Formats: sequence, C-alpha cells, structure tokens
Amino acid sequence: MQFGLNESQELLKSNARKFFAAECPTEEVRRLMETETAFDEALWAKMAEQGYTGILFPEEYGGVGLGTVDLILLMEEAGRALLPGPLFSTVALAGAAIHTVASAEHQKKYLEPICSGEARATLAFLEAAASWDLNALTMAGANGRLTGEKLFVTDAAVGDFIVVAAKNGVYVVNAKEPGLKIEPMKGLDMTRKIYAVTFRDTPAERIGETAALSKALNVATAALAAELVGGMQRTLDITVEYAKVRKQFGKPIGSYQAVQHQCADIYLETESARSAAYYAAWTLQENTAEAAVAVAIAKMYASDAGRTVGNRGIQVHGGMGFTWENDVQLYYRRAKASETMLGDGTFHRDRIARVAIDKVVCETATRS
Amino acid sequence: MDLNLTPQETKFRDELRAWLATNLPKDWDAWREKPLEESFPYLRAWQKKLSQDGWAAVSWPKEYGGRSATLMESAIFWEEMARVEAPPMANSLGLGLIGPTIIAYGTEEQKKRFIPKILSAEEIWCQGFSEPNAGSDLASLQTEARLDGDHYIVNGQKVWTSYGWVGNWCELVVRTDPVAPKHKGLTVLLVDMKSPGVEVRPLRQMTGESEFNEIFFRDVRVPAGNVLGKVNDGWNVAVSTLMYERGSYGARLHLIFTRNITRLIELSRKFLRNGKPASEDPVIRQKLAQCYAEIEIMRLNQMRAFSRITATGVPGPEGSIQKIFWSELNQRVQQLAQEILGPYGQLVAGAGHAVDKGIWSYGYLRTRGNTIEAGTSEVQRNIIGHFVLGLPRSY
Repeated sequence: MQFGLNESQELLKSNARKFFAAECPTEEVRRLMETETAFDEALWAKMAEQGYTGILFPEEYGGVGLGTVDLILLMEEAGRALLPGPLFSTVALAGAAIHTVASAEHQKKYLEPICSGEARATLAFLEAAASWDLNALTMAGANGRLTGEKLFVTDAAVGDFIVVAAKNGVYVVNAKEPGLKIEPMKGLDMTRKIYAVTFRDTPAERIGETAALSKALNVATAALAAELVGGMQRTLDITVEYAKVRKQFGKPIGSYQAVQHQCADIYLETESARSAAYYAAWTLQENTAEAAVAVAIAKMYASDAGRTVGNRGIQVHGGMGFTWENDVQLYYRRAKASETMLGDGTFHRDRIARVAIDKVVCETATRS
Repeated sequence: MDLNLTPQETKFRDELRAWLATNLPKDWDAWREKPLEESFPYLRAWQKKLSQDGWAAVSWPKEYGGRSATLMESAIFWEEMARVEAPPMANSLGLGLIGPTIIAYGTEEQKKRFIPKILSAEEIWCQGFSEPNAGSDLASLQTEARLDGDHYIVNGQKVWTSYGWVGNWCELVVRTDPVAPKHKGLTVLLVDMKSPGVEVRPLRQMTGESEFNEIFFRDVRVPAGNVLGKVNDGWNVAVSTLMYERGSYGARLHLIFTRNITRLIELSRKFLRNGKPASEDPVIRQKLAQCYAEIEIMRLNQMRAFSRITATGVPGPEGSIQKIFWSELNQRVQQLAQEILGPYGQLVAGAGHAVDKGIWSYGYLRTRGNTIEAGTSEVQRNIIGHFVLGLPRSY
C-alpha cells in the first residue's frame, strides 16, 4: 500500500506544472479572462501536443490511455495555474462521458478529434431546477431531436460538439447546428465561461444510456475536486509568501500567530482536500466499491475548503486582498463557481448520508 | 499510488485476523464503559496476551519483541483492531512513545532491562513532561536534577501525567544545567516511581475523574545509569517522544472514532426530532455525513503521512495536521451527539434514562481536553506555520 505518487505520476505532475507556468502564466490568465471565451487556439494545440486532451482515452483513439489518478494530477496542476478555457469541459466532462457511455464506434467518432486537439466539447447537464441528480433531468430526446434549455454549460461557445444529458439518453449535438442558441451567462469565474444553451428541435445523436453517466460524473467530480486542490495550493503559496514579506509594526505579518494560524489552517484544509481527491481518483481507477462515497467525500470537502481557504487567503492579504490586482481573488471566484458545479457540499453530504445512514448502496462506479 | 495491499501486507493482515479470531476476548463489552481503575487489570492481561504472540508493538524491531512492521502494516494493525472493536492496551504510552524512544536512545543494558516489561505490560510507564509553569513552553521546565556521586537528586513537580497512579516507571525530563540556554540544559531520566520521595496525587479534571496525576519529587535519588540519551541532550530525546506521540495517536484514534460514528448513526434512528427519527432530519443528516466524511479523511491523511514517512524515513511536523484534525473533529462529533440526544445527552453514568451508560455526557466534556493535551491546537498551528510553511517563529 503506497499512498504517494509513483515516479511516472510525479513526472506527469511536475511536467504539467512547468508547462502551465511557461505557457499560461498569470498574465496570460488575466488576458484570456477578459476575452469573450477565455479560449486560446495556440495554447490548446500545445496542450493536445502534450497529450493532455487525450490523457484518459484509449490509444486506439489517439489518446494516452492513462488512469483517473493521472487525470486528476493534470487537473490539479491546471487548477493551480487557473487555466482558462475548455480543458476540463472537453476532457473531464464531455470526454469522460463519451468514454463511459458510448459504443466503440461513437467513441472513435468523438474521442479521436478530442485526442488530436481538433475538437473542443462540453457537457450540458443542468436545467432550470439546477439539480445534479440524474433522476431530476426533464429534457428528453425524441426522433433524434432535442428541445429545451440547458443552463450553466461551461465553455459551450468554443465547443465543437455538446454532450447532452437527457432523461432518456445521452446525446451529442453539433455545436454549429443552425438554430442552436448559445448565450453567455455572466458568472463570477471569468476564466471558465458559462452559457445557456437552447435546443429547438435540434438534431442529436443518441450515444448511450443516462444511467451510465453516473460513472462519468464521478470521474468529472473527482477531477473538479482536484482542480480545487490546485487552486487551494496556489492560494496557500501566494498567501504564505505575502505573510513573509509584508511588514507591519516592524515585523513580517507572518510572525504574528493570528496570521500564522490562518496559514496553518489553509495548509491543513489543502492537504486534507488533496488526500480525499487522490483517494477518490484511485477508487475510480480501480473500480472499488467505495468509489461513489469517496468521490462524494472529496467534492464535499473540496467545495467547502475551496471557499474557506479563499476567505483566509484574502483576509491575510488585508487591503491588498480586496484589490482587483491580487490573484487570490481570481482563485476565489473559480472556487465559488466550482463549489456548486457537479454538486456542492450539501448535495454530496446528502449522498454520503444515504450510504452512511440509510445503508443505500450508492450508485457504484460499475453501474450501467 | 497503489492502495492495494502488497502480498506481504496481505499476509500480515491475514495472520492478524487469524490470531484475533481465536484470541479476541468475547467479554470486552461488559468492561468497556467501566472506570479505567477497574478495567486496568483486564487491559493488562489483554496486552500480555498480544505480546506473547508478538502483536503488542508490531512496529518495534523483531529483536525487541515486535515484528519490524512497516508503517503501512502498523496502519493495517490498527485498522483491524478497529474493525473488531478490540480493547485498548494497558501500557499505551510505553508501547507508543516511551518504548520507541528507549529503543532509539537507550543503552543495550537499558533496552534489555526495560523493553520486555513494557511489552508485557508488567511495568506501566508514564511521562513526566509538563509542569505547572511549563506547558506549551515545555523547554522552560524547572524540575531539577543535581548529580551527587553516582546518583541524581531530583526535586520538582510534574503535572498532567497520564497513568501516574498506576505507573511503575516514568520518562522524566529534568533540568541538569541551570545556566545553559533553556533547550540545552535538559536531560531525560528513567525513574522508578517507587523511589522514596515520589508522591503521586490525583488531579481531578473537569470530567470529575482523575485520569491524570500530579507528581511531586522531593530529593528523589535516581541512578546516573538511568539517563536516557546524553546528559543535557534531553530536549532532542523528549522531542522524539513527542513526534511519536503526535504521529501515532491518529492511527489508534481511528478505532474510537469509527465506533462513535457508527453508534451515533444507530442512535439517530432511535431518537426523535419533530416526531420523526433524527436520522430523517435533513440537518442532522448533513452533520452526520460531515463527521462521517471527516473521519474518513482523517484516515486518508494518516495513510498519506505514513507514505511520506516511509519515503523520507522520519515523522515530520506534518503530524501536527493530524493532531489538529482529530482533536477538533472529535469535539464536533461529541457536539453532534448532544444534538441528537437532546436533553438525554446530559445524563451521566448511573443516572436513570442515561444513554450508553453516560458515555456521551462524559465524551462531551472529555474532548475539550483533546485540543489541549499532546500539544495544544495553538502550538500545533505554530509548528505548521514555522516548520512546514517557513514563517518566522512567533514565540
């Protein structure tokens, strides 16, 4: 039993960190977030070249064929860099969904362009009721067409196709389909844009069963928890650095216990969130019986810790923390958006309660 | 990352399971809630039984009666003990903290003299660290030891000594050089608690019981051969004990936490809230799920810390995370128990209608001590701030 990263995982993580630091430093994040879609074609091509868009998918479709643990290490580093654009939407949401629910033929059709970097994609899930429960979906496909509205769809405007969760199946819609309406919903997180997508008798290809999505959602949820961990780590680093150099009353503020203990709590919450996210990824990779609960625990903790870590980071920065130019606030915005995405703490505590209290066998990773 | 057991770990676990299947006492439930003074002989016998087959201190080297178990095997050991709700062992400080310190710093003679009896629970150990004026600032302690021929003469007072009332031996930190800087003048002595001049007084704590003691030393003669480590190097010896304390506690506590949350979930089905079982109340459900999740995260943090120690060789200051995490979590679990039980939560052992023989009212008070004992939460946060994050020392 070894709960540390092995050599190739360490290498993947440190390479990703170097890659994002070089290709998407904070100045680039700030530039992209002010654009309409926060998407950069050249950066995307480089990520595809690194194999990031195909990290999770089989080699036969041009992917790298790595596991969920590798995926979340990549996402952790993407989160640490506050990577703008559709990597998460394409790989962890749309890609994982296709990989889980679709036939080999459909996987080939849709995963190949993702792996090669030709295509971006996303998952349209939430409806007006804003529930992440698969059973709460109301939109239904009929005669190969979809009608209705999906909300909070990440990166929809740069997607080439959109995977749609409907109550009677999982569908894929060409994002360039005439009549498809993609309208921005302006949210707090400027680095990951969200959209309202309206389907009006839009042609849609059915690729699988709705129930089969639960495993894909678990993978995406673990990946998002890891992305939050990356953001927490960066907030910790920035905050500790500031506490060392900012002086008041003639001493670094980090020498005062009121400040130091905030930093210690950020560390504690970050490390705890990391333990939970890594474990969740591993249970998914190994398809163990604990996977669904482990994912719920990881996202529950990361959702709440992402927010409290940000609270503390801003507070330690004092007046600087409240300024636009301070990067902690950018992570804070992302953390708030990610908190509710794929279910917030309350949603996941409810899932945990069903298993721990009601002894309901949670939808397992193998359910199909 | 591979959380599957290796063949060696599986073998270890299966051996332990087989041993427990035949040796786990069946009557522990009858003893569990009794005061420690009453159950102590029982716990002693249990430890002796474990030690006879090499299960009392699995992480100790084979030559000292352990199994040279890896940290992961130790974790497996405590998980298995939790799974079967095994009784704790009597000499927990000796096994967890003092034995390992003696193995690390002791002379061959000391090891031969003390280790076997620590293992068999024949000699119970206590720790003489804190003093009335030296708590978090341990290095400022004042109990002094003056060399007189081949003996040290010890004078002073210790406080918050667990197992003082039953202790045969004490790992005592004393000041041997009053002029050296405070960290440089300390020495660790191994003191026979039956020595003339040692007086143990019960310290009544807020729970009403006396789990801890005050120990007074008046001209107590300790053979110079009972110095552990080097004279005036006692700070390093003591810190090594504290590292074992903070590192090892978490794994053992998982046993208690798992039992508590399981029981609490059972109780939530029986106790009503607005006419329905508390287990159906959305707020209680949220809180139970939160505690359940955090208990799991506590276990995962521990496993990650173990993996890191395995890679680096030593327990690091990261153990401070564990100490903060479990102690604060334990308080939240107890508060939740109070919420579920409502007015029944206050009933103490022996009271009519008391739930689970009053363990929840006791636990509510006892867990206040968790964030104080073995290094306060404030000291742990100082350790993280300075030693992990590299912030300037705040004290």
